[in-house]
Amino acid sequence: MKKDRIAVAMSGGVDSSVAAALLKNQGYDVFGLMLRLWSEPGQDNNGQNRCCSPESVSRARQVAAILDIPFFVIDTRKEFHQDVVKFFIDKYSAGLTPNPCLECNRNIRWGHLMHKALSMGATHIATGHYARIIKNGRKWQLLRGYDNDKDQSYALSMLGQSELKRTLFPVGSYTKTKIRSLASDFALPVAQRQDSQDLCFLADKDYRRFMHDYAPQSLNPGPIMNSSGETLGEHKGLPLYTIGQRKGIGISASEPLYVLSKNQSDNTLIVDKLSKLGKKCLKAKKVNWISGNLTERKIRAEVQIRYTAKAEAAWIKPINDNEVEVEFDHQINDITPGQAAVFYQDSVCLGGGVID
Amino acid sequence: MDKHIYMDYAATTPVDPEVVAAMLPFFSNEYGNPSSIHRWGQRADYAITTAREEIAGILCCEADEIIFTSCGSESNNLALRGIALEARELNKGNHLIISAIEHPAILRTAQQLQKHYAFDVTILPVDQHGFISPKDLTNVIQPDTFLVSIMYANNEIGVIQPIAELAAITHEHNILFHSDAVQAAGQLSLDTEKLGVDLMSVSAHKFYGPKGVGLLYAKRNTLSHSHQTGGSQENGLRAGTQNVPLIVGMATALKIVSGRQSHDNSKMKVLRDKLIESVLDNISESILTGHRTCRLPNNASFAFEGIDGNELLMHLDLLNIAASSGSACKTGSPEPSNVLTALNLSPKLSLGSLRLSLGRDTKDSDIEYIQQVLPKVVNNMRGTL
Repeated sequence: MKKDRIAVAMSGGVDSSVAAALLKNQGYDVFGLMLRLWSEPGQDNNGQNRCCSPESVSRARQVAAILDIPFFVIDTRKEFHQDVVKFFIDKYSAGLTPNPCLECNRNIRWGHLMHKALSMGATHIATGHYARIIKNGRKWQLLRGYDNDKDQSYALSMLGQSELKRTLFPVGSYTKTKIRSLASDFALPVAQRQDSQDLCFLADKDYRRFMHDYAPQSLNPGPIMNSSGETLGEHKGLPLYTIGQRKGIGISASEPLYVLSKNQSDNTLIVDKLSKLGKKCLKAKKVNWISGNLTERKIRAEVQIRYTAKAEAAWIKPINDNEVEVEFDHQINDITPGQAAVFYQDSVCLGGGVID
Repeated sequence: MDKHIYMDYAATTPVDPEVVAAMLPFFSNEYGNPSSIHRWGQRADYAITTAREEIAGILCCEADEIIFTSCGSESNNLALRGIALEARELNKGNHLIISAIEHPAILRTAQQLQKHYAFDVTILPVDQHGFISPKDLTNVIQPDTFLVSIMYANNEIGVIQPIAELAAITHEHNILFHSDAVQAAGQLSLDTEKLGVDLMSVSAHKFYGPKGVGLLYAKRNTLSHSHQTGGSQENGLRAGTQNVPLIVGMATALKIVSGRQSHDNSKMKVLRDKLIESVLDNISESILTGHRTCRLPNNASFAFEGIDGNELLMHLDLLNIAASSGSACKTGSPEPSNVLTALNLSPKLSLGSLRLSLGRDTKDSDIEYIQQVLPKVVNNMRGTL
């Protein structure tokens, strides 16, 4: 009988519930932790963060009762607001398109939650992420989830050796379909629950409305220009636009226009035809190598520039300790500063950085 | 490590098997509605009449002074809102007095009467042990005060108020006195004559009876307004078909507990005192909340400096110990309760509260186990801060 104590980060959703059930079945001493996160008050969610509403809490507690494991809610509203929401607002205000999930994973799940779990005698934390961890020689490796459609390794690319060795992803070796059927095998009342949501702290799904409400000072109208410098109109504030956006720019033209870039220095929105959108290169900063080893020579890899994007073949060339240049084999549309560029070799996630 | 120790009897108690047995016939065999005129109804009515008389015997009151409700909170709501509505209608006054350490069922009801119905509410402070001073009460009584509501024994810190004295002062001014006796019931005398209360709330699940049933004692001619309207059950004071099995269960539980209460109390007091001494001796920067001796026999409540009470409960749960905290909230928002705030504890202490409450089945070995693990847990938590 394995007696290691494992803290499962539970959300009341199907994945983390099955994760807890699988570990309990394997004989671990399992307990559940749920994070209470900040959420903007009001509107259709009654001031509740969509991922940790009272309904989700009682669902998770119900699962814990069925599995007969202790379950606790940890209040991390303050930390979440500081490390994730404020980050989100600051980065958008600075003209970038941030990914708050990575930041939450870095500071909240593998920060605050892991710290709490270890202080409560856990040897590991487990989550319901679709990713896998294996030990290769002396190194821990992060692999894409077995279910490629559900793979979440992108949002975990900031993990390092010390986190991986204390982490379990029990559902990562299964397909989502299998997890749903396991949920009903375990008689957990979560089989049909919806997945957790990105931007869980928004009252609705509209980040533009959120920026209007929480950072109106960041929304300064300015010129819209094409790449040859002709003024075409006026934008309502750079944070309201993303790279590659076509709809809602507010100017009519003979050919569809796309957002090419946002010039923070002169508050200009650059738009042009689709053919001008693609780029072959990007620079990534704050690069994390999961192995802990820096690359000195350029390497071949596939690079994924968004959570939902396809990984594209590229060369990665180190610039210094935490910056790299990525040169794709083909032009890539929608390279968006602020998003993560995540590096893979086959299913192994090597790490990633923030697109400059 | 496979020991499971329930030290949360103040939250709720297991139902006595004898109580379960007394209730069972009233689910599927004697299922009549007490308001029905046929014999099925008659037998059900007989069951609750008997229950009412048995309870009246223990409360030293008349049977028709017992109103069955669904829980202690409902009893408190009925007392405050019922008396307030009547005072409004008959111009008997506009001011009520409660204490700073009332249960939310009193506190929030009074706040609602203040906010939405323009009643005036005075909240009496308590001293560092949680006592209400009779002098303070005298001082806040006004010409238009119509009700004083003060808890008999506190749920968090176990302090017992001098109810008879406070009721006497209230009566000198011709004002009604209500007491929330939910936490006291099962351990302290519920003799309404000696206590001098006009209204008193009780809930069955605190004394080995079922959840979902309570009662309000209301002296004749004190309460005429209901807050739940409908049928004329319970003298028109609480509409709704009576829950016959649970009422029978409550009466049975009260009978059993009043027979064994003094024996259980002296046993629990020994264990409680042993626990209190050991905690104060072995855990630095710890205090006992409430009064050292004038407290419920089953209540040992503490505050530890530099500890998150919620987190302490998690650690204890992982050690198979069930306990509670004044800052406890299972949905995770650590704020000290109104009770701990009223004691004027520093915020650091009031977030580190722990309530261990004993029951009739608590054993010496349970206390020893807690003596052994609690100091370690507290020290470990302090070490990791």
